[in-house]
Amino acid sequence: MTPAAAPATLPPPALPPLFADWFARRGWAPRRHQLEMIAAAEAGSHALLVAPTGGGKTLAGFLPSLIELAERGPKPETGPGSGVHTLYLSPLKALTTDVERNLMTPIREIGLNIHVESRTGDTKQSKRQRQREFPPDILLTTPEQLALFCAWEGAAAYFADLKCVVLDEVHAIWSGKRGDLLSLGLGRLQAFSPGMRRVALSATVDDPGMIAEWLRPGPIPPPRGEGDREAVEGAGPRLPPHHASHGPLPPAGGERVRVVLGDPGAPAVVDVLVSEGKVPWAGHTGLHALPEVYEIIRRAGMALIFVNTRWQAEFVFQSLWAMNEDDLPIGLHHGSLAAEQRRKVEAAMARGDLRAVVCTSTLDLGIDWGDVDLVIQLAAPRGASRLVQRIGRANHRLDEPSRALMVPASRFEMLECQAAREAVAENAFDWEPIHIGTLDTLAQHVMGVACAGPFRLDDLYTEVCGCGPYRSLSWESFEEVVDLVATGGYALRTYDRFARIVRDREGRWKVRNAQIAQRHRMNVGAIVSAATLNVRVASRRGQRLTGGRKIGEVEESYFEPLTPGDTFVYAGQVWAFQGIAGMDALVMPAHDSDPKIPSWGGSKFPISVSLAGRVRRMIEDRDHWRVLPPDVQEWLELQEARSAIPQAGDMLVETFPRGDRHFLVAYPFEGSIAHTTLAMLLTRRLDRLGVGPLGFVCTDYSLAIWSIRPMHGLDLDALFEPDLLGDDLEAWLEESFMMKRSFRNCALISGLIERRQPGAEKTGRQVTFSTDLIYDVLRRHQPDHLLLRTARADAASGLLDVARLGQLLTRIRGHVRHARLDKPSPFSVPVLVQIGRERVGGEAAEMILAAHAEDFALETLVAEVMADAPPELEGAR
Amino acid sequence: MNAQLREALAPVRRGCGGLKVRVNGEACVLRCSGALWVEAERTLIASDLHLEKGSAFAVRGQMLPPYDSPATIAKLEAEIEALDPARVVLLGDSFHDSKAVDRLNDADRTRLDRLAAGRDWIWLEGNHDLKALAGALDLLTGRVVTTLQLGALRLIHEPQPGDRPGEVAGHLHPAARVVAWGRGVRRPCFVTDGRRLLMPAFGAFTGGLDVRDPAVAGLFETPPMAAALGRDRVHALAWEALR
Repeated sequence: MTPAAAPATLPPPALPPLFADWFARRGWAPRRHQLEMIAAAEAGSHALLVAPTGGGKTLAGFLPSLIELAERGPKPETGPGSGVHTLYLSPLKALTTDVERNLMTPIREIGLNIHVESRTGDTKQSKRQRQREFPPDILLTTPEQLALFCAWEGAAAYFADLKCVVLDEVHAIWSGKRGDLLSLGLGRLQAFSPGMRRVALSATVDDPGMIAEWLRPGPIPPPRGEGDREAVEGAGPRLPPHHASHGPLPPAGGERVRVVLGDPGAPAVVDVLVSEGKVPWAGHTGLHALPEVYEIIRRAGMALIFVNTRWQAEFVFQSLWAMNEDDLPIGLHHGSLAAEQRRKVEAAMARGDLRAVVCTSTLDLGIDWGDVDLVIQLAAPRGASRLVQRIGRANHRLDEPSRALMVPASRFEMLECQAAREAVAENAFDWEPIHIGTLDTLAQHVMGVACAGPFRLDDLYTEVCGCGPYRSLSWESFEEVVDLVATGGYALRTYDRFARIVRDREGRWKVRNAQIAQRHRMNVGAIVSAATLNVRVASRRGQRLTGGRKIGEVEESYFEPLTPGDTFVYAGQVWAFQGIAGMDALVMPAHDSDPKIPSWGGSKFPISVSLAGRVRRMIEDRDHWRVLPPDVQEWLELQEARSAIPQAGDMLVETFPRGDRHFLVAYPFEGSIAHTTLAMLLTRRLDRLGVGPLGFVCTDYSLAIWSIRPMHGLDLDALFEPDLLGDDLEAWLEESFMMKRSFRNCALISGLIERRQPGAEKTGRQVTFSTDLIYDVLRRHQPDHLLLRTARADAASGLLDVARLGQLLTRIRGHVRHARLDKPSPFSVPVLVQIGRERVGGEAAEMILAAHAEDFALETLVAEVMADAPPELEGAR
Repeated sequence: MNAQLREALAPVRRGCGGLKVRVNGEACVLRCSGALWVEAERTLIASDLHLEKGSAFAVRGQMLPPYDSPATIAKLEAEIEALDPARVVLLGDSFHDSKAVDRLNDADRTRLDRLAAGRDWIWLEGNHDLKALAGALDLLTGRVVTTLQLGALRLIHEPQPGDRPGEVAGHLHPAARVVAWGRGVRRPCFVTDGRRLLMPAFGAFTGGLDVRDPAVAGLFETPPMAAALGRDRVHALAWEALR
């Protein structure tokens, strides 16, 4: 076989006899995409496999390595070929164990002499040490472990032999900060072993070209020549070259990625459950349908019930058990349960001991946990791609259809479910925006490189520019990141003498000392969880409560509104909150059958752009209504009679009085995050217009603002002008708690602030000072600091969805359709019932303080008034 | 808040957003900045400045912004500008650690000198800055004391156990937390029952200890009032409202 690329029209290569026999013994035939992956390997090409679940995707990724290793024979103890041959990286720890098990089957059955090991954060120190001394042929690990390897002095020698790296579930990771860190790590590996092949496995996505472009090593490609066939395959969206004014230019050139598309599986059978023929007006949990869901579980073999938040999972689990007269083994799985607890549920699933598992996105990814034959999506799916992923959990055999059932929690969700069902049928996936590499992540990587050994700035810049998300990185930005790593990047140069990285005599950068390197290694990773508390069962020791058994971890903010004695559901049980001690939230079992359930808000994921577009078009198209249940059709007709049906090209705004307030309800259908940002900004503007806005609430479909004075007389087109995103946004953002949260993440990822310090684990304190205080001081003294800019960009793209809001405002410019009503419309009900259940934002902190002070003021006033009141009027108190 | 406590404190809002109360009979203003103003003595008191906390972390490799000292000094400047005190008492832990005075840059030191000029400037010792102050008197303007009697008030860094009428202390960095609409807000606060007073930390990077912690709550026989620092006013919070 020549190293030149084999055109796709040639017959794919045959399997080596050993492997062909094994396939035959199993009664299988190799799939086309598996053979094409072997062909790509023989051509020495990087490859991206895009295929649905159940197509033998993981095997396809590993087959070329297994074949190469089988041909190699016994492994040499030293010299070439003695190192790691293939490195497998998965976004989930659990996936490495799963893959190890699955990979061992062919190795054992074919009788190959191939050594496979996994390495995660849970791997024992002794085993890690052994892995360093005696590298396995195939090492299965996570992106965080790769980042740790990159910060190790021995990494260059350890990976000098690496032939192939396999990235699993790449669609789930490439476009975030973990993807940035992974991409930078790949750049390092490529430098250690220039001949290394990159192989990525992805679920079906809207545009494989974007992932191929992310995967491809090397800088911005040169202009394409004629007859360059593979460039077409690998070409993704091209970023404009952004050359620096000084410093080395990003080198030209680059390699190609061959994209292999798997055959689509049998079309899924997706139904929508209309419980007792009715769809509720409002809600977001789907609780009304649980008795029917229970019946369906009873009839199914094993069902996965996906919900959108952890708290919803807890609640659904609790409710199902309350009606579980048959004692069906029903489990619970979500991200804040203790790891041991999750492993138990996973093992029980794999053994086939469970009939149903209530879960969140933790089970989205491709672990094969036994024979699931039905997937239930409780409440709206929020996006077609996620739905397809979830549906793929049912029935891992490609040629049989997966079965799924969606349960809408409200009428708008009914529209969304119908739209998602049509999108799945048409194989239409959600598109993703272009992702540009984040600088806080780059800072962490630069520090890691310095920990591994001295480097030259020019060399590292060239290497970083060869990483997908950083192709357009300017030299100035790079220098700024290095300065951040060294001394914090402050205009006031007082920290130069404490620098974390310093130049040696030859002008190379290296870490200042071993302690600093050790501290960096303790803080590697791009996942920053919100400050979490351990949930522990309290036991009484004398007067004091102490924490006993750990049940799990929960975000600190969750406990904020709780007072001791409050009951809540967690890990499938009702607990009474006892108080917080250090990093522990102490709880005791409660026998309360009606726990106080704190509001869990809406979905963590807003409705996707493509799905929202489908919903808008469905609402506009009267003929389309016929596929909907009768009550939903009538609801739409009532809306048309009372108000108006929004058209896809405009935005409906209703105004009406209710009680002593005036309401404005808008229907952008752009997801709760963009709506919240819009409502915040509108409130500021309405305040200036003198209508006295009092509050707002948002759903994924609409937003409502209420005020003292009527809003129907306002120029609505002017109100929604895109300049809303100008100064108001800036001013509001600076004060926003979301900015502070975003800053905290950036400060932790960049290493400006350490999460873990030597010796500090014992005290359990994670960060020893408030990042909010640092944010406030930095904002006043150096508002253009790199991390503030990064935090702002992050908040705008993630927590605030500013980009999406911008698209909305442009789309509806001059197309705001006003319906002035004398009472609420049918469409407005879901958002109006949210009132009083939502959290407040913006000035909330001051308002909360003031409200309590007002209580005190009121108390004082009442005391004064009642002081000389006659006894018979004492009841007025 | 009970009527007795209300009467003892007689909280009155001042134009500056501060709260005027009586501590052991002495009229004091709890300032929005976290400083205390004793009008009769024309004395301004600020506690726990923790100057150079940022650089103390930088020495060990965590590059916190080097702007905490300028920020804290600017806050102090604003208070002195507004009140023109005859005496300024810094109630201990003015410096974060023993080397902090050396790390203070010249500009910041000059600003402190300028503030101290023409006033009785008193560095009251705290546990953090005992050594710093001992070794740096030639570098700083002002005098160093351990405690100070001011009318009916007795100023000391660390609050002493038992009934201490008139004691004004810092050290604990008290912070109060209230909850409404599903969100909690935590702010530094004064704590007083009308007999003694705990000061919030004045420094830009200083964290807080919950007032319901026994270390704070144990100092008061009856539930005290927490006066939390808002953006432009001090909020009097009843003990029962705290979470």
